[in-house]
Amino acid sequence: MNATVARLTVRGLLGRRRALLLLVLPLVLVGMAAVVRVVAGADDGTAVGLVGGFGLGTIVPLVALLAGTGSIGPEIDDGSIVYLLSKPISRFTILVSKLATAVVVALALGALPLAAAMLVLADSPGALVVPYLLGAAAACTAYAALFLCLAVVTRNAVIVGLLYAIVWETTVAGFVPGAQNLSVRQWSLGLTEALLGADADRFGVTAAVAASTGGALLVALTVAATYHGARRLQTLPLTSAE
Amino acid sequence: MSTSPDGRTASAPPGGGVIHDIGYRHYEGARLGRAAIVRALYVDSLRGAFGLGRSAKSKVMPFLLLAAIAFPALVVAIVVNVTGQSEFPFELTSYAFLLYIPLSLYVAGQAPASVSRDLRFRVVSLYFSRPLLRQDYVAAKYAALSTAVLGLLALPLVLLGAGGLLAGFPASDTLAQLGQGLVGAAVTAPVMAGTGLLLASVTPRRGLGVAAVIAFFVVVTGVQNALQGLAVTQGRDDLATWTTLAAPISTVDTMIAWLFGTEPTASVVLPDGAQGLAWVAAAAALVVVPYLLLLVRYRTVSVS
Repeated sequence: MNATVARLTVRGLLGRRRALLLLVLPLVLVGMAAVVRVVAGADDGTAVGLVGGFGLGTIVPLVALLAGTGSIGPEIDDGSIVYLLSKPISRFTILVSKLATAVVVALALGALPLAAAMLVLADSPGALVVPYLLGAAAACTAYAALFLCLAVVTRNAVIVGLLYAIVWETTVAGFVPGAQNLSVRQWSLGLTEALLGADADRFGVTAAVAASTGGALLVALTVAATYHGARRLQTLPLTSAE
Repeated sequence: MSTSPDGRTASAPPGGGVIHDIGYRHYEGARLGRAAIVRALYVDSLRGAFGLGRSAKSKVMPFLLLAAIAFPALVVAIVVNVTGQSEFPFELTSYAFLLYIPLSLYVAGQAPASVSRDLRFRVVSLYFSRPLLRQDYVAAKYAALSTAVLGLLALPLVLLGAGGLLAGFPASDTLAQLGQGLVGAAVTAPVMAGTGLLLASVTPRRGLGVAAVIAFFVVVTGVQNALQGLAVTQGRDDLATWTTLAAPISTVDTMIAWLFGTEPTASVVLPDGAQGLAWVAAAAALVVVPYLLLLVRYRTVSVS
């Protein structure tokens, strides 16, 4: 962990227009929750539907995608990564610093707003907010590690990440139940379901995988993506842009 | 023809073409003007939208998505022939709505490829140093991506129409449906292309444009779905129809359904009578406003 690398990453992430895009997404989620609250009143079913579906399914992956790829992608793209790589800091430290930054940004702009939306909309927030906050936090961490690794591996990280988050997790998993076993969203939903305990059925929260499996897979994915990303950063080919 | 003090000539023929004589050799051929540049830019951008004239890697995504959009139509066309059905399992006007995700992925991939790179590598300054006006550049790019999206949507519709005719569906009915579908595609194409180009033109950084376009398309649809679901749970089907105005694709879908009296895909019920004009106006705005905003964007674009 290197504080300077982290500071520069934060500046790169939030210093430009990307910050606007990153801020709009959580604002949309919380704004929607507020509108629904005013129009229809607090309701647990609506809260689980909106926050669990739209929040966990769209906003969290998008925020984590922007944070994960944005923390290293543009630097690799414009070649300025060489100035960072030529410093006497291990590549592993660089990657972990960037990952930590991406995770913190994703937590602040993905998981926290999700919990806030739940707080606004749910009728019994006491039971729902913490499980969803922890589930979303786990999802944010795993997504950020996955998308950061993707950004090191491929220049088309954003498109590949979107294909995974939107097409695979939402569309394909909707038609092919087996695809849900390979979905960060379902793994983190497994955690949420377990944390809800006996209430899960009442709120209509069902995950495709058990909490133990989901949690283990989330940890495995995060570690594997971090390790692989660091390995690839050690042998990064510096080619010119298209 | 004017001669500058150092004896070089800079000629500006009536057509507006500019060929600078820098003293190497003379040019006696035809001088194509501004219109030819616009045409060339249009053709090049249209080819580029399918990766033609670009690297092999750039061809993968457009053709993959073209296949993803056309394949379901091909399957349906074959299935109706094999099983001997008497009508399509869905309205042809709803095809664009059903394949919204691959469609928006296509626009998200190609709109930044069309305009962001020109801005990022400052190629626009070279374009604007020619007789090409800034509004010509916008018009050519807008028309090119709209045509590409239209082609993307027209291919499956034509496949379906042909499949229907081969399966012995009533010819006049099938052709009418095909025509309605193509009208829908002709409205959907500039709506998607214009929004995509506008977002791409304000996000020149690589990757950011793609993310901005897809995030916009996915989030507005998500918001629209949630609002609609809310209205339905309140038992207000009329209000649910109004919520389709919240997203571009559902606006166009509802407008086309109202226009032709077909089954809407996005909403539960059709707009009531003259209320449908609101969707026509909204769809017109979705075509015109991004174009005007693109003009504004390129009026102030820096060429230094």
